[in-house]
Amino acid sequence: MSAVATTSKFKENAHEALTDARLQGALVHARNFSVRRAEAAARLPEFEALRDSARAVKDHTLAHLDLYLEAYERKVIESGGQVHYAQDAEEARRIIIELCRSLGAKSVTKGKSMISEEIGLNQALEAAGIEAVETDLGEYIIQLRGETPSHIIAPAIHVTKHDVEQDFRKAHRDLPPNRDLSEPEQLLAEARGVLRAKFLAADVGVTGANFLVAETGTSIIVTNEGNGDLTQILPKAHIVIASIEKIVPTLEDAAQLLRVLARSATGQDASVYTTLSTGPRRLGDPDGPSAYHVVILDNGRSSMLGGEFEDMLRCIRCGACMNHCPVYQAIGGHAYGWVYPGPMGAVLTPSLIGVAEGGQLPNASTFCGRCEEVCPVRIPLPKMMRHWREREFERHLSPAPFRYGLGLWAFFARRPMLYRFATDLAARAMHLAGRGKGRFSWAPLAGGWTQYRDLAAPETTTFQSQWRAKSGAVK
Amino acid sequence: MNATAALDGRAPISRPRVGLFVTCLVDIIRPTVGFAAVKLLEEAGCKVVVPSQTCCGQPAYNAGDRATAKDLAKQAIEAFEDCDYVVAPSGSCGGMLATHYPELFAGEPDMAAKAGRFANKTHELVSFLVDVLGVEKVAARYDGTVAYHDSCAGLRELGVKTQPRRLLASVEGLRLVELEEAETCCGFGGMFAAKYGELSNAIVSRKSEDIRKTAADTVLAGDLGCLMNMAGKLQREGSPVKARHVAEVLAGMADGPAIGESQKGPKQ
Repeated sequence: MSAVATTSKFKENAHEALTDARLQGALVHARNFSVRRAEAAARLPEFEALRDSARAVKDHTLAHLDLYLEAYERKVIESGGQVHYAQDAEEARRIIIELCRSLGAKSVTKGKSMISEEIGLNQALEAAGIEAVETDLGEYIIQLRGETPSHIIAPAIHVTKHDVEQDFRKAHRDLPPNRDLSEPEQLLAEARGVLRAKFLAADVGVTGANFLVAETGTSIIVTNEGNGDLTQILPKAHIVIASIEKIVPTLEDAAQLLRVLARSATGQDASVYTTLSTGPRRLGDPDGPSAYHVVILDNGRSSMLGGEFEDMLRCIRCGACMNHCPVYQAIGGHAYGWVYPGPMGAVLTPSLIGVAEGGQLPNASTFCGRCEEVCPVRIPLPKMMRHWREREFERHLSPAPFRYGLGLWAFFARRPMLYRFATDLAARAMHLAGRGKGRFSWAPLAGGWTQYRDLAAPETTTFQSQWRAKSGAVK
Repeated sequence: MNATAALDGRAPISRPRVGLFVTCLVDIIRPTVGFAAVKLLEEAGCKVVVPSQTCCGQPAYNAGDRATAKDLAKQAIEAFEDCDYVVAPSGSCGGMLATHYPELFAGEPDMAAKAGRFANKTHELVSFLVDVLGVEKVAARYDGTVAYHDSCAGLRELGVKTQPRRLLASVEGLRLVELEEAETCCGFGGMFAAKYGELSNAIVSRKSEDIRKTAADTVLAGDLGCLMNMAGKLQREGSPVKARHVAEVLAGMADGPAIGESQKGPKQ
């Protein structure tokens, strides 16, 4: 692990998020994604079938991941590039910094990459005396603010346009005070102007990858701003940083996945830019980097292969699960406390940084199942969150009062006669206690409930005892 | 899966023996829903029995306590052995019985087969009435504007969506309005509501806002857990909107106090 985690303080984080009026205002806009996804899916009759084939492509690749990684590496080398394997975040950072140093790099431009966030690349580059400049607008904004992404495809979704205007006025010293920056287009133009100079001055461009194609040694990125193209074409070296599960066998497979990716993410039929890069600039190419490196990161993923979390490696990072998650919609991404928020983060985070740190996330779900319903590669996210809960229960990591309560309840539930007697007694007692109003505004041991809402009191006695009395049956 | 499984496999049963899986919450908090279910099933020609029962095991299953969940699953499967069908007035408990029981016993062929047979004969109440018994209308009256919330497990695990709306359309005097986000979770989530009370509150607050926007006077759903959550929030906010289980309305048994309301009539 590398990026600093506050995941064990999820509850506190969530409380902060819920009481942050500015954040709550910004989060309302995040709900639009789900509407657009539904429209995009409805426009494409074969969308459901595409999801099946997308899943099949990923499952097949994961079953033969070693072969496809080797095939990919061969093709990268054939096209004049180099592949570096990094077992963990530390090794990935070291490889990239060594590459930058060997190229004499002083400035690095970056396309949006969650792997870069996972390994904490920007801080490592800065510590090595190399300037790192994020070129995706959202990433650029949060870099100025000293924040981390709160969404895997919309990193600055927690920020309002008014916040951005203030950030730009603070950071861009030459900006005339009377310049109108009230609309997103004006903000984009302003960022573009500043970034243009950075693009031209950069020695190395670092991008992530949505897919690595084994058949051709190609890496593919999708962007809506075209910043990825400038990042990888203008500097003298292009470094791709991607995790092992980004491999797909063929270009055709990548095309299948691309068809579900943007639709699931933003509801676009396709992202504005889909950019393929294969090796360094060849003789006769009008442009391109003279060096091409790919750093392939494991960081715990290979241990998920063949186990109950393998399905998670199908994830193509579209963000649909978080866009549709009632918990994410309520608190945004930062409360999750590490790189990956939402349902995919709730499954992936404990895998990557350990269940002791990340164990709250799979518990903080209502299991409403909407994430699985919209996942383009049909990852059974609730099921895998439940697997984490099982591991926590086995390892006695779940809170003690909760375990005792569950144990007591199970004692009765395993003994039907005793259960009927006890529940009937409880129902009668609670009925009497709540008689006046039919509900409680406070109840012992139910503070988590009654602090926020009333609790209905039992009508009278239990159904089972009434039924028995009626039918006169004694079984 | 459930819609046709029961019809495909065997000849139609003239007077099917239906075991009512009443669910813990209905059993303890709101027996009226159980009696409404019995009435609906009997009117549709079923012989209803209520085997001695406790809980489906979902709280244990979702808490990661697989061993307890399995014990309770075995107990339930045995208790309903002699029933042609098992019907629950809940999509959540119904989903546990019909989709998660077989998963629980994956890797144990004998129990998995038993759980599979049990799952195939298990249904959520309203979808059972419509999809299996072919009920098209009910003889009930309810004077009010009603919003129907699609409880998550019923909707996503059992495909309960159109069936309750179809039957509600036949209720005299009832006007059905749609929530803007009928398919968005109410924030209940079982133990989640108590363990993550503040988060659950944020989610149910959004639901109550959605309910208010429709100007409905009643919110209905097929799961008592969701209903208690929504009712509790609406009441805490001082809203006059009533919450009822859909079975109460369909069975014409909605004249008593709504969920969380005083026995002595509506609060002033």
